This record gives sequence, C-alpha cells and structure tokens, in this order.
Amino acid sequence: MRVPEHETEAQWSPSREVGDFLRRFREQIAQRWADATLFRTVFTVSRDEAVEACKVVIDALSVVAASERIEDIEAPGFAVVREQLGRMSASHVRMGRTPAQIANEVAALRVPVTELLAAESRDLPTERVQRTTLALTVLMGTLRLAVMETTLTEGEELIDRQRQQLLEFATPVIKLWDGIVAVPLIGTLDSARSQVVMESLLEAVVAQQARFAILDITGVPTVDTLVAQHLMKTVAAARLMGAECIVSGIRPAIAQTIVHLGIDLGSVVTRATLADALAFTLQRQGTGAAVGVSAEVDPT
Amino acid sequence: MHVPSTVAARLPIGSDMDLTWIRQHVRQAAAELGFGLVQQTKLVTAASELARNTLVHGGGGHMECTPVARGRIHGLRLVFTDSGPGIPDTELALSDGYTSGGGLGMGLGGARRLVHEFTLDSRPGEGTTVTITAWASGPPYPRRAL
Repeated sequence: MRVPEHETEAQWSPSREVGDFLRRFREQIAQRWADATLFRTVFTVSRDEAVEACKVVIDALSVVAASERIEDIEAPGFAVVREQLGRMSASHVRMGRTPAQIANEVAALRVPVTELLAAESRDLPTERVQRTTLALTVLMGTLRLAVMETTLTEGEELIDRQRQQLLEFATPVIKLWDGIVAVPLIGTLDSARSQVVMESLLEAVVAQQARFAILDITGVPTVDTLVAQHLMKTVAAARLMGAECIVSGIRPAIAQTIVHLGIDLGSVVTRATLADALAFTLQRQGTGAAVGVSAEVDPT
Repeated sequence: MHVPSTVAARLPIGSDMDLTWIRQHVRQAAAELGFGLVQQTKLVTAASELARNTLVHGGGGHMECTPVARGRIHGLRLVFTDSGPGIPDTELALSDGYTSGGGLGMGLGGARRLVHEFTLDSRPGEGTTVTITAWASGPPYPRRAL
C-alpha cells in the first residue's frame, strides 16, 4: 500500500481533512444545500436565508470534524446544529411531516457534498480520498442522527404540552342547579389530576355558592386506594368550605373492588348514578328551602 | 381457548405514565383471557396498587405478565419486581392501616384480598417481589386459608 507524504502522515486525519474541506468549500456547499428539500421547504421566502442557515450548519459540522468527533452525537459542535435544524424540523413537524420524511431529507444532503469532495480531490491519492469520503459519510450520518433526536424531542415536548392541556380541560365543573355543581371525572385520577379536580371544584363551590358538589366517577376505570384517598380528601375539603359532597357513578364492579380493598367510604355519601345524586341533593335542598320558608311564616 | 400472544409481556415501572400503561395492559390481557368485568376490575386494581408500591417504595422496577392455565381454566400471573430497600416486616406491611408512605395503608392487604394467589418475597436491602395470580372463574382448586 502506498503511503503518501510520509512527513505529515502522523498528523493527517481524514476527519480533519473533512473539516478543512467544509471550511474551504463553505460557499459552494451552502449554495447546493439551499436547493435541497430540507431547507427549501422552510425558507420559502428568501433563498439567501436558506444559504445563511446552510452556512451555520456547515460551520458547525466543520468544528465537529476538526475536533475529530465525527461519530459523537454529543460533540459540542452539534449543539449549534441541533438549534438550527431543530427549529427547522419543528416547523417540518408542524407541517405534518413524519420523522421518516425528515430523515430522508437530511440524508439527501449527503450526495451534493460527497460529489463536490470527489470532484475537488481528483488529484489526490485514491486511498486518502476514500478515507476522507468515508469520514464525511460518517459525519453526515451523525448529523442525521442529531436531527432525528431533535425531531423526536420536539414530539415529546408536544406530548407534554398536550398532557398539561388535558389536565385543565378534562375537569370541567358543571352547574347542575342553583347551588349544585358537578364534576364528571374521566380517565386516570393520578395525583396531578386529582389536585386540579380539587382546586377547580373548590373554586366552583365559592363562585357558585354551591351547597352541594357531586363527584361523578363513571368515567374512572380503576378506583384503587390512591384514587379513593384523593376522593376522600376532596370530599373533606369541600365539607370544610360548607358544601356537602356526593360521589356518584359507582359501578357494580367498582363497588365490589372497593369492598375487597377494604376502603371505608362510610363517611362519604355515595350514589349509583349522577341522576340519583341530583335527586338526593334536590331533595335535601327542597327540605332546606321548606324549612327556610316555614321559618319566615312561623313568626305570625 | 386460544391465548393471544400479546398477553405475555414485561413492562417497566418508572413513572406515573407507566402505571397507566400497566393498568391498560392488564385490563386488556384479562379481557382476552375471558375474565368477567368484576374479575377484570379486581385484578387491574390489585395491579395498580402493587405497581404503585413498586414505583413509590421500591424506586421503580418492572412487571411481568404471563398467562397461566390449569385444565380449561385460564388465569393471569403478574410478577412485580423492584430492587429497592425491601420490606423489613412483611406481616406488618400486609396489615390494614399500616403505612410507611402517607397512603391509606390498605394497598398491599387490599391487593391480597382482590386476587386468588398472593406471595410476597422481600429481604431488607435486596428488593421485593410480589407475585399474584387471578383466575377467570374462581381458582381451579380449593383455596388455602389466608
């Protein structure tokens, strides 16, 4: 095997060569990349912006290559790439593109650079060109990984935001009657959810001057000890504020499970259905009103 | 009865979201094995209690879900494993009203009452393994006194 340039062979490294190449042909690569789907679809207004964005990515890649960490997705240079391409892939995701499409678009960036590298290094020894091309390919592969990572993180953030929104929207407090509010609970009642439920219920008790609050658990699939504890705490808190709490929507399977678990709901008024609970509260309110009326009439 | 291959699984327990996943998996598995609604709810509730214990007291772990059969009767075996601090006094932990974590203290004993078979294996410092089995229609043998 022929080894060229003996005196510099010790210092020569394919990845540094790639870094050097990226620096020297920054302008040409940026011009080629700006026409690639990945950049063209984001910077629709101005091509110059696309070229600038490409240059940011190329500079970052050449820093990574110069530091000889072309396989390391954690390399410092990739932070810049993440920021730049992360913003772009986020807007791609918002446009409804799948991660696979984005991955393909990033992969499409490789061909223009390798072609340019091949054209520019015709005069160099074959073995050296091969090793440089390989290093460039590895670097582009790592770039693809970095973009995918950013795209997926963006997806996770989206899910987190939606979970937060669910927390707020999934617990509406409904005014059923004068002085009667109800919360239909739906889904898993974990600590975060039940905290939101308790707060919105107590706020509604104050705002509606409610004397009765109905917690309907028809839509809660599992009532374990934690859920029961949350329910009892909510009931106790509502009681402290002068509202009587009724838990409704206890299905037969749930009732049997609660009994086996050994949870004592004796201190809580419970009803099988929301209708039963409403009838109960109306009855109680009715007698209260009657007493009020008779108290006014009595003094005569 | 054909046992669907989706029943057997090993699920991680590392966050509240994992508990939701476990409840859903156990409910679906029990339904596929022909559990009635009451049996399903009991088993899911027991799984929920034990998975939460694994998460809160054991610092996370995993659950293994295996279909079992005795003759024509199908059942589901769930094994909850953690490598947490373990339980020094298992009898005390199983007694109702005893809690070390601010709960109602009914979870472990309640879970035992909700299933047909229950074994608790724990050594201080070496973690805890709880194995429960529930059958679709009553245990296929006389039940041992608890």
